[in-house]
Amino acid sequence: MNFYRDNKDIENLIDALDLTEVAELREEGFRFAKEYAFAPKDAADAIDNYKRAIDLCGDIMANRIAPLAEETDKVGNTLNEDGSVTRAPGMKLAIELFGGTGLMGVTIPYYLGGLNMPCTVLTACNDIVSRGDAGLMNLFGLQGIAETINSFGDEEMKKQYVPKLVTGEWTGAMVLTEPDAGSDLQSVKTTAHQDADGTWRVNGVKRFITNGCGEVLIVLARTEPEFTDGRGLSCLLVEKGPWVKVRRLENKLGIHGSPTCEMVFTDAPAKLIGLRKRGLITYVMALMNGARMGIAAQGTGIGEAAYRAAREYAASRKQFGVTIDNFPALRDILSTMSVEVQAARALTYYSAKCVDLEEGLTRKFESIKGSPEAQAVRTRMKKYAAFNKMLTPMAKYYGSEMSMRNAMSAISVLGGSGYMKDYPVERYLRDSRIATIYEGTSQLQVVAAIAGVTGGLVKTVVDDILGEGWASAHPRMAALLASLDDAVAYVKGREDAKTYHDLSARRLVDAGIALVVAALFVKLSEKGVAGKEAALWFWLNVEFPRVKAGLEVVKGGYAAQVADFETLAPAVPEAD
Amino acid sequence: MKSYNCVVCVKQVPDTKRVTGDAMKADGTINRAALPAIFNPEDKCALEAALRVKETYGGTVTVITMGLPAAKAILREALMCGADRAVLVTDRKAAGSDTLATSYILSQAVKKFNPDLVFCGRQAIDGDTAQVGPQIGEKLDCAVVTYLEKLELDGDVAIATRDIGTGVETCRAQLPALFTVTERLGELRPFLMRRVMEFKNAEPEMLDCAAIGCEDSRCGFAGSPTSVNKIESVVLAGGDFKEVSATDDGIAGLVAELVKDHTIG
Repeated sequence: MNFYRDNKDIENLIDALDLTEVAELREEGFRFAKEYAFAPKDAADAIDNYKRAIDLCGDIMANRIAPLAEETDKVGNTLNEDGSVTRAPGMKLAIELFGGTGLMGVTIPYYLGGLNMPCTVLTACNDIVSRGDAGLMNLFGLQGIAETINSFGDEEMKKQYVPKLVTGEWTGAMVLTEPDAGSDLQSVKTTAHQDADGTWRVNGVKRFITNGCGEVLIVLARTEPEFTDGRGLSCLLVEKGPWVKVRRLENKLGIHGSPTCEMVFTDAPAKLIGLRKRGLITYVMALMNGARMGIAAQGTGIGEAAYRAAREYAASRKQFGVTIDNFPALRDILSTMSVEVQAARALTYYSAKCVDLEEGLTRKFESIKGSPEAQAVRTRMKKYAAFNKMLTPMAKYYGSEMSMRNAMSAISVLGGSGYMKDYPVERYLRDSRIATIYEGTSQLQVVAAIAGVTGGLVKTVVDDILGEGWASAHPRMAALLASLDDAVAYVKGREDAKTYHDLSARRLVDAGIALVVAALFVKLSEKGVAGKEAALWFWLNVEFPRVKAGLEVVKGGYAAQVADFETLAPAVPEAD
Repeated sequence: MKSYNCVVCVKQVPDTKRVTGDAMKADGTINRAALPAIFNPEDKCALEAALRVKETYGGTVTVITMGLPAAKAILREALMCGADRAVLVTDRKAAGSDTLATSYILSQAVKKFNPDLVFCGRQAIDGDTAQVGPQIGEKLDCAVVTYLEKLELDGDVAIATRDIGTGVETCRAQLPALFTVTERLGELRPFLMRRVMEFKNAEPEMLDCAAIGCEDSRCGFAGSPTSVNKIESVVLAGGDFKEVSATDDGIAGLVAELVKDHTIG
């Protein structure tokens, strides 16, 4: 069993996306091959390594971790009296195995113990991990902690912390949320001040912290009391110690393998990461964008698991003398599930590749600044930076919402059996539910993506995928794009433009996503990837009309949800 | 603390879990082309045993296989898991070797590396003889511990726990010693990704029979007294049934009968 080899969609996408340029940028012209025997010598060598890393992940997940997922879900993690946390058995083993193999440092540079691979590879691994155990992705995905230290910490800090995070000896946590600061992180109250000898000290309470029991904590705290908003926040590194107390493990609906902690910091000694005041504005946003790609992949993986469970059951369950996958209603559900997983995967991996291009081009630009070719590199870097502001939230939004729909559909296919704990699909539903909430809710992803959609970026992205001039060959896509443009123009022209824009944003973003996915399906079917032409045809005939109906709602101008809110959603009367 | 040099003998075998109708040729020999070739499962456990010795006490792990050049694939896997050296003994003269000739050739190769410990899988899934390991030990003239589950080392002495069917026994063996290992020792660790990158195209050291000082008369067909007379496909089918009354007497009678025909006991 191997979750990579039994799912050709992953390899097909890696091939079709062509990571040659990504590999060249990542390996900085393959200069590392001189220093490290294992570093790739050319792009083909690097891409072969990428596939082998995903293959190794697929092997570990299928054979060693996924079989423990049910037990992990049942047992969860335990908070001991001394404040320590005992991990679920599957999680403990996974950290040991992934740390031991080197897969806890996929994107980390070689000199810090990592594999120096792109975000696209980490994304594929997150997809596979989440298919086996969604809760594990929250720990596996904490590679972002090492990545944040690598990106913004000083050299001493990098060398002190990153290698141990890569081996799994230490794990980390991003410590942002507080009881009164969830989506609105600007209002973080935890403070950090410098004591007489200049040491930073952190005080405050944090809540809903994934793996807060880890050894390396990146804490968002207010270092500038004179600013009450995001400008007053910095990132600090706190090591586990008596100054941090995990006082509660949350009792959650799903992802039971992931320990979610409530923590108290009391005069915790800390090290400043990077510059003061940049905590939220720069560092957390970078960390968050990486985490959002992780959740997009997590949604894809859960959606894949749900589809497989449903498809397999439907092929064996007999009713009225035939297997239930013979019934058109079931075929509709299963086809939708299959195509939506493919859509999420295509969108997520493509978004990851754009993240890699932005990062690689940025690094290249820094190294050739002032040279004649620098300007062209900068232009492309900025193009992908703009793409990512729209594509990353789109992928997170679509992937997570899809996982919920697929888990729900899987229960429909399994019927009464799906409602029972005997099958994993009820776990998929419980696990999927959080994906639309953390790292920014679906509503916040829409807020992040809408500027690109109303600014005409969807067409630019489709141009990038298919090359300009695609419209004549793909009239249905051109028509949907025209409808989207009409709807955007209508929104902008209204008197209550600001309110109506916010009210309509989701439907506009849905249409944008449908177009980007259609372009990816076109591209993949042009490259001869099996099944993609059928997926495209489904998409044009089923998903396009659905999002078009949404655009009709927008153009209809109905805004009573806001204007007549009290009538439509009457306040709950006070109890007698 | 003393460190130890380990040699692991491994074999590439057809994946007998995926047997199809084409698995056997008309002459009764295995149609290797129809079956994917894999790392013999218990040999993986033998490698794990050696890697644990290296991890705990230090030293080296050398992996040896005898076979066709295609067997390089499992040697690369061994390197990816942490083995230090990989050696392929390949020679036309070795073709047709039975367990006696195989163990002779392998013992000659093992001697070249002068190990403290030699590990073999208990048996290979194609032949299922479980003879090669002990026969190598006999030719090395060292202690042989079969069915190894757990191993500790104390100077020149191995403290080995072995499966004896009805339980386990712990015994001491003077080094050098040879161990045959079962799956109860534990699963082979996954690849280390950096080693995958480094060794994916690695070429193992190649040795032929002459290089390890083999006498031609003891290799291949010449050195193999075994000849396969006939191979039959035995299909076990249900026959008559016998009703046993659900009483103490009925069950005692059944047990006595099964003991008598050696099904149990």
